[in-house]
Amino acid sequence: MNGYNFAYLDEQTKRMIRRGLLKAVAIPGYQVPFGGREMPMPYGWGTGGVQLTASILGADDILKVIDQGADDTTNAVSIRHFFQRVAGVETTTATIAADVIQTRHRIPETPLRSGQILVFQVPIPEPLRFIEPSEQETRLMHALEEYGVMHVKLYEDIARYGHIATTYAYPVKVDDRYVMDPSPIPKFDNPKLNDSPALMLFGAGREKRLYAIPPYTRVESLDFEDHPFEIQSWEENCALCGSDHSYLDEVITDDKGGRMFVCSDTDYCQTRRGEVA
Amino acid sequence: MKKPRLTRPVLLDVRDITRLYGPAKGCEAIDFQLHAGEVLGIVGESGSGKSTLLRVLAGLEAPDSGNVIYRRHAGQTVLDEDLSENADAALDLYAIGEARRRALLRLEWGLVHQNPRDGLRMGVSAGANIGEQLMAQGQRHYGQLRATGQEWMRQVELDPSRIDDAPRTFSGGMQQRLQIARTLVTQPRLVFMDEPTGGLDVSVQARLLDMLRTLVRQLGLSVVLVTHDLAVARLLAHRLMVMRRGQVVETGLTDQILDDPQHEYTQLLVSSVLTP
Amino acid sequence: MLSETSVSHTRSLPRLTVDGLHKQFLIHGQGGLEIDVMRDLSLTLHAGECLVLAGRSGIGKSTLLKMLFGDYRIDQGRIRLHFDDGDLDLDTLPAYAWHGLRRDVIGYVSQFLRVVPRVAAVDVVMEPLLARGTDEAESRRRAETLLARLNLPERLWQLPPGTFSGGEQQRVNIARGFIGEHPLLLLDEPTASLDAANRDVVIALINEAKARGTAMLGIFHDEDVRERVADRLLPLDGSLGAMPPQPKDSRETLS
Repeated sequence: MNGYNFAYLDEQTKRMIRRGLLKAVAIPGYQVPFGGREMPMPYGWGTGGVQLTASILGADDILKVIDQGADDTTNAVSIRHFFQRVAGVETTTATIAADVIQTRHRIPETPLRSGQILVFQVPIPEPLRFIEPSEQETRLMHALEEYGVMHVKLYEDIARYGHIATTYAYPVKVDDRYVMDPSPIPKFDNPKLNDSPALMLFGAGREKRLYAIPPYTRVESLDFEDHPFEIQSWEENCALCGSDHSYLDEVITDDKGGRMFVCSDTDYCQTRRGEVA
Repeated sequence: MKKPRLTRPVLLDVRDITRLYGPAKGCEAIDFQLHAGEVLGIVGESGSGKSTLLRVLAGLEAPDSGNVIYRRHAGQTVLDEDLSENADAALDLYAIGEARRRALLRLEWGLVHQNPRDGLRMGVSAGANIGEQLMAQGQRHYGQLRATGQEWMRQVELDPSRIDDAPRTFSGGMQQRLQIARTLVTQPRLVFMDEPTGGLDVSVQARLLDMLRTLVRQLGLSVVLVTHDLAVARLLAHRLMVMRRGQVVETGLTDQILDDPQHEYTQLLVSSVLTP
Repeated sequence: MLSETSVSHTRSLPRLTVDGLHKQFLIHGQGGLEIDVMRDLSLTLHAGECLVLAGRSGIGKSTLLKMLFGDYRIDQGRIRLHFDDGDLDLDTLPAYAWHGLRRDVIGYVSQFLRVVPRVAAVDVVMEPLLARGTDEAESRRRAETLLARLNLPERLWQLPPGTFSGGEQQRVNIARGFIGEHPLLLLDEPTASLDAANRDVVIALINEAKARGTAMLGIFHDEDVRERVADRLLPLDGSLGAMPPQPKDSRETLS
């Protein structure tokens, strides 16, 4: 296979990562260190997610790759081609048909089903990093559940803007134990983490950390009693499929202020249009 | 005339604490008891080991040998379940494990650093600084946290309308008062203070001293205070321990130590104070 | 008639007994200089009486008051307080027990005011009541009553006493000493820098305290005052020796 082992990584490395994943599944939300490898792409392009995908991919699996919900952006296209080449697996853009979905910054609109695995690309795995630069200290804070500072961040939002202004990478508490960074997905997607039938895996290549949310796990977004967690909403519907319940991107159409709102999930939008048509 | 109740429960039992970085560097063979409601001053020159001792007492640095025993008494409000199971028990600070030690420091003890920058989060607002420990204890009502924050700002004589300002926009004296509010908001039973008025202008010091005296009285705090300033010790401490080269050379009522010092070193220290 | 009896009964109760008190200062800095300031002093003080220490000026009568208040250590001898429910030895009292004793039992009007700078006079005066948990409004009311009686101008009440004249500071100090109505009161020249009118107020305060059954031990240089308040004189020239080391007294003006 072009001189590569199946799915690029050697079997020992994959085994090592799978051991890490087992631990991550056993301790939902806990960050497991792993011996990250150099991948043929720069950090920030999904090296963490790619290593996880490579480790769990079977020859019969069907792979979908999205970047901010789209199957056709550079990052998604290049990772999809990478696995077509080094693993020879079948790929798809249809959420419903995929066994493994690698994603950057979105969770598909189509509800996931049991047996599916969602692999997130994570830039900064540590939710406490903004306040505490020491890794030793953050690990201790997790161990002792010293999470007061997470609400400090939300408090500051309300004090400054009158509401919780964090819109993506919105921190969650997993299984009532670990505070976790869900990667830079919009907070719109946070409710999809809760009690999901699919397995969610998170990989950070630069920081060499992985973590997981097993299927049907309780995932809560942090909030205040008098400022409860809320997701984004739009006054507009999708200009292409008319959806009034999906996450919308604003697209500038000309230099005269023309713009439109469209679904960020391209597969969802196209499917809806196909059904409507 | 009835006999007043003079016995008070022992809160902190310090037994033979030694923490040495080198010969006569650190503190050695320290023994004392702190009673509930007492303000104990530890005085000495720089290098006397008083700050090392405070770090050991406050749970920040394990001693080479010896024990710091915290005696908890029934009827205390304790938020931590793990700790409340041991109400009435004597907790050996360095034997109970880091998780419980940190919980103890967070829930029942407080520490005021000399430099407010060490005790505050300089980048987040005054209100968040005061509210952090409450949030850590599980308070989840923004409006209440804010009301508590403003109440404490008034208590330490800060303008409550500045609740959203970052401490870095405050003067040194205001930062110190904010740190005190942040420390006392959880209503600790035992507070450690490391030169709380050091580095402040004399005029600011006076107000802070009065405020600390008032808070100690109103909240019934027990305090271990480290200071090199004998005038501060005189006004705040009930009892003093004089340290030199890592060892305690003399202890007694504050007035006795300052007015009738027995040890050669204490006499030298006391007679070296400048009087305006 | 009945009240007469109960007063005289109260007056006969010993409140304080001092037996064979010695005090020596050892000054290390001066080659281990030893100064004997007190030899074999004994006295008994009863409820409702004012015992005045007599003796030439400057022999250190204040030393005795300071030992009774815990300012100076007790080297040798015995000091006992007599309560209705038992005695208490002060010479063996642990340091922490003094806090409560000073708050509830032994009051002290010193010659010099030593307070936190920049605290208002009225707050200085009411502090002993607050320390016992008396409610703030009540404490303030009583402090103001006392300051008014001592003719301290009302415009000064909210000002810190640091800049007051000697006589004004002394009156703040007296008010602070008397407000707590301690059963045992030590008076170190409370009238030293007062004019005749205010001396009369202090004498009235002392007489009222006697009527309450307060046991008082005092030093008064003013012969007129001494005669008007003293129930007994205790000559001390045989027991007191020299001045305590000087730097201590000068330090009292600190803060």
